[in-house]
Amino acid sequence: MNQSMVKVFDIQKDDFISAGEASSSVKKILKQLGVSPEVIKRAVISMYEAEMNAVIHGGGGKGYAEFFKEHIEIIIEDNGPGIENIELAMQEGYSTAPGNIREMGFGAGMGLPNIKKHSDQLEIKSEVGKGTTLKITINF
Amino acid sequence: MEEFINSVTLDKDKCKGCTNCIKTCPTEAIRVRNGKAYIIKERCIDCGECIRVCPHHAKKAVADKLEMIGNYQKAIALPAPSFYGQFPSEYSRKKLLIALKNIGFDGVFEVAAGAELVSAETEKRLQTENFKKPMISSACPAVVRLIQMRFPGLIDNILKLESPMQISAVMARKLFSEKFGISENELGIFFISPCAAKVTAVKSPIGIKKSAVNGVIPISEIYGLVHESLKNTEDDNQTNIFSSDIGVGWAGSGGESNALSSGKTLAVDGIQNIIKVFEQIENDKIENVVFIEALSCPEGCLGGPLAVENRYVAKSRLKQHMEEAKSEKAQIKPVLSKAITWSEPIFPSSVLKLDDDVMIALGKIEQIEKIEKDLPGLDCGACGAPNCKALAEDIVRGIAKETDCVFKLRERVRQLASEMIELESELPHTMNRTEKNEN
Ligand SMILES: Nc1ncnc2c1ncn2[C@@H]1O[C@H](COP(=O)(O)OP(=O)(O)O)[C@@H](O)[C@H]1O
Ligand code: SF4
Ligand SMILES: [Mg+2]
Repeated sequence: MNQSMVKVFDIQKDDFISAGEASSSVKKILKQLGVSPEVIKRAVISMYEAEMNAVIHGGGGKGYAEFFKEHIEIIIEDNGPGIENIELAMQEGYSTAPGNIREMGFGAGMGLPNIKKHSDQLEIKSEVGKGTTLKITINF
Repeated sequence: MEEFINSVTLDKDKCKGCTNCIKTCPTEAIRVRNGKAYIIKERCIDCGECIRVCPHHAKKAVADKLEMIGNYQKAIALPAPSFYGQFPSEYSRKKLLIALKNIGFDGVFEVAAGAELVSAETEKRLQTENFKKPMISSACPAVVRLIQMRFPGLIDNILKLESPMQISAVMARKLFSEKFGISENELGIFFISPCAAKVTAVKSPIGIKKSAVNGVIPISEIYGLVHESLKNTEDDNQTNIFSSDIGVGWAGSGGESNALSSGKTLAVDGIQNIIKVFEQIENDKIENVVFIEALSCPEGCLGGPLAVENRYVAKSRLKQHMEEAKSEKAQIKPVLSKAITWSEPIFPSSVLKLDDDVMIALGKIEQIEKIEKDLPGLDCGACGAPNCKALAEDIVRGIAKETDCVFKLRERVRQLASEMIELESELPHTMNRTEKNEN
């Protein structure tokens, strides 16, 4: 048997209706695996925030969730504008989201800090004009 | 004795084997087998959706019969607040209580009174800071079981207080055994119920060791009798009102949360709506809400599967009862000073889990996806499972086979047919000798 299973998701630019579907389906799988609620919560929140960033800031992209025996690895990548100053972006409350996005309840500047808080490992690769890739690891 | 897991059951004679119920079940607990619906007990949360949707009335709740009150020296009726909405509003609440008593009970005690104690205690806990936000009401047993099965991460959010029904039963038992001068176990306490889930909550309770209720009688069972009894009901001065508008309001969606002083509450009714809200709580997307009232039935218990009156009509009547109740005051001193905390722990259910071993479970998920891809994706339900994915899961769990899918079956038949034609043209040499000779 394989040592892992990968799920791939499309993330559409500015699609607020289906946004969050990737993290929902990951949540369902984690429940079928019998992973503890606390871990599920951390995985889902991290993935949801990363997914939303790709929807809002990154112009859409792709999501991968790879399930292993004792952890899950989530990769969210986009070919958007990239993040100029990652350290700054990681600060609580920092956001470049425009007003209309904020009106929808996003753009509190808590996404990246929350991912950091809930994950066991977080790698951010970003290049201005090229895109952003987040790799999130959560241990079961 | 077989463990009592759920109350909703099937009337085989009435079931036509259609797909209405399997499609609406929020936990995918129903399959059609051999032309009849079949309930996977461990998955059923007694929400009553199938009872409401079945056009043939083949789904019913196993509950107790009125005759059961004869087993006790004295019997007390405990009407759910939704009881008041079932009858024309020209009858006062007090009159309704007397009419209910007169069908054979020795006393009545309003569940609304227990509800008020729960409201008071909830209010107190919301004032403290040490609870997991948002607090989720445990009043609806179907919702508690939904959480155990589909939202185990929210178990800590549940308000672990005994239900209004249980608290009222405890109070009624004390009050009436003293009044009648009999021992507490000579007294039968009967919940008059709009709800199937409450039957299970009495027979296999969650959070408490043993229910103080002896039997659960559907509102629908006593509805006609109470109507009759109302015709010759006179006011008496022995029957008491036990609660104000707050307790009465618990019957409908919004009642429990409106009883709280905080405006940061959310009331949701209907099991599918609840699932959506719970998904959002799981994703940490509901901010600034401290209390969630979630009632599985549309419009809350007024829309319960064992209630009779149209839920909107009942709602309008309830509003009038609440209006009246504002000027009324409870006529007895509370028997209990406060609501009671659960004594027993609550655990997540593992029915969704595919295997204890993560790697095996992963393998099964892959298998499910592979099978699902191969199915037509029409979600037609003809296989007896609610959708193609559910059939794929059933196949992997070993309770269904691929040819349960009618399209797969047809494919197989076609394949077999062409194999047969092929075979037929290859008759054994001993038999088609003539043909061969002709050539
Ligand atoms: N995928 C991305 N592509 C481009 N910029 C991003 C991306 N993700 C985050 N950022 C930048 O980092 C900032 C902070 O992100 P975050 O903490 O999630 O807050 P928010 O999304 O509420 O703005 C964003 O406002 C944006 O400027
Ligand atoms: S809403 Fe009321 S009647 Fe319906 S299942 Fe819940 S408690 Fe029972
Ligand atoms: Mg964000």
